[in-house]
Amino acid sequence: MIRPDAPVLLEICDLHARVEEQPILKGVNLTIRAGEIHAVMGRNGSGKSTLSKVLAGHPAYTVTAGSVSYMGADLLELAPEQRSRLGLFLGFQYPVEIPGVSNLEFLRVSTNARRAQRGEEELDTFAFEDLVRERLKVVQMDPAFLDRSVNEGFSGGEKKRNEILQMALLEPLVAILDETDSGLDIDALRIVADGVNQLAGPDNATLLITHYQRLLDLITPDYVHVMAAGRILRTGGKELALELERTGYEWVDQELTSLGREPAEVL
Amino acid sequence: MPNTADWLTQLAGVPLPGRSQEEWRFTGLAALEALAPELWSGVDPFAQLSLPAGISRIGADQVQGLQQQVLKATGGSDAWSVRLNQGASPRCLALRVAGAADPLQLHFDAGAAPGLLALQLVLVLEEGASLDLLIQHGSSGPNATSLVAVVQLGRGAQLNLGLLAPGDASASLLSHLSISQAPASSLQLTTAVGGWALSRLEPCISQLDGAAQTRLRALQLVDGQELADTHSQVRFEGPDGQLDQLHKVVADGAGRSVFNGAVRVPRSAQQTNAAQLSRSLLLSDRARVDTKPELEIVADDVKCAHGATISRLQQNELFYLQSRGIGAEQASRLLLRGYCEEVLRELPAAAAALNPLKLLLREHP
Repeated sequence: MIRPDAPVLLEICDLHARVEEQPILKGVNLTIRAGEIHAVMGRNGSGKSTLSKVLAGHPAYTVTAGSVSYMGADLLELAPEQRSRLGLFLGFQYPVEIPGVSNLEFLRVSTNARRAQRGEEELDTFAFEDLVRERLKVVQMDPAFLDRSVNEGFSGGEKKRNEILQMALLEPLVAILDETDSGLDIDALRIVADGVNQLAGPDNATLLITHYQRLLDLITPDYVHVMAAGRILRTGGKELALELERTGYEWVDQELTSLGREPAEVL
Repeated sequence: MPNTADWLTQLAGVPLPGRSQEEWRFTGLAALEALAPELWSGVDPFAQLSLPAGISRIGADQVQGLQQQVLKATGGSDAWSVRLNQGASPRCLALRVAGAADPLQLHFDAGAAPGLLALQLVLVLEEGASLDLLIQHGSSGPNATSLVAVVQLGRGAQLNLGLLAPGDASASLLSHLSISQAPASSLQLTTAVGGWALSRLEPCISQLDGAAQTRLRALQLVDGQELADTHSQVRFEGPDGQLDQLHKVVADGAGRSVFNGAVRVPRSAQQTNAAQLSRSLLLSDRARVDTKPELEIVADDVKCAHGATISRLQQNELFYLQSRGIGAEQASRLLLRGYCEEVLRELPAAAAALNPLKLLLREHP
């Protein structure tokens, strides 16, 4: 939902970042207001996933220039846990398996960290069980997964549902979903997309990172951005994703060439 | 008062093992040599024991024969720790289990009294018998506990044996576990040891005619100046035996951890399926881990897998937790607990009430 007067939640200006010595982001600009759903598309290596990790504060990435303002604060100054507590959420492309750590305990500690930040009372084991059972419905998840270790032995679809369950518990203001659709069959994709649609509202925003139109058939974006060579090359409405589906990414190469960059740089 | 090294030599009948012996290459006995040269004189831990249904005592006349039989099968007879134990006037408990016995718990706490406490346990599980046994060690003073447990599993017997041993930085633990398995028997041995100046565990298992199942789970933690050593040995003396072994280490401070995992598969042990994994977590630059698989495989139609990893806490796991609002310190603690829990949750059920994680982790506030 686009409302020009809605408050700006996230503002990325001329963001440059590298991993080890390799520059990946080369000047990303993006403004996200409350109520909006953005999709970032692009080929492998265009910098989409790097953008999501930089926003979440992954220690392997170094920001070399630019700024990110989140709810008026300097996001890049905050530790990853602080970003989460303040309502920034990253749904991982590859959720991490943590043997021996109970999923339920993990979800509770995480939820309480966010609640404490919001000045809400922390939930004890019993109160939390009630909450989590209610939120399980968002992703139609089997409660048996609560008793297992975090993501351990979960199928691809179960891991992604577990991500959306975390999102449902943390109630983020800005949710970044990094290739949430990868590795999902059509039923799991529908469940995950339903979950995201249920959680999207006028006061929060969603940033979908995806390769494919098929996720956007289920979650309608307000804006579609095409990333290439570490920046956003073009921005449009949902019809831009359909156009990409039709024409592929070849025009990206032409556009990059006309900008004086080698298409090879894309990879 | 005699010199402690001389006294120990006299008890064992052979000189103290030194670094020139492969079995003791990384394991100095300084902590034992600092002991007062006297036998521990506390209350006999076996005195007041009441036995659950299905478990009876074995007559003293049979004990020695049983010990010799099992120690011969496992090759434990010549172990220095066994010799020392035998020379130190051990207190002995010998039990026979028939049918499905109720769980048994034995608690050997050397307390603060000085000296060397020697204990012997003889356990026979008859054909088809089953038992959950949790042995708990403890200490709060400058002493050493030497345990020699000799276990015979009859055909189809099932033993779930746990050893939970949170120690004291001035105390030592020497634990030799010789276990013989008849075909179709199943052994689960879970050991969790931490906090001792010196600990040495010697699980020596022999599948007498193969065709048995052995599952070993171990966690050993060192911090400060502690030294923990596990020398395990599994022998397959017949075909179709199975072994699943996981040995985990947490090394912090200037602690030192040693693991040697021997697996012997002679020609007669075709179709053996054995897997051994050693995983070590190094939490400090000063800690040291020595880990070594020792596979001796003569049979040609077998599966024997082994692997060893030594690492710090996984950065991707830490980041995942942090990205969910969990601070770096709490995240590290959660990961460490999870790492330990993977082994601790396999202890016999009675262990849960003792909160083994809390006993072993000595978490910094």
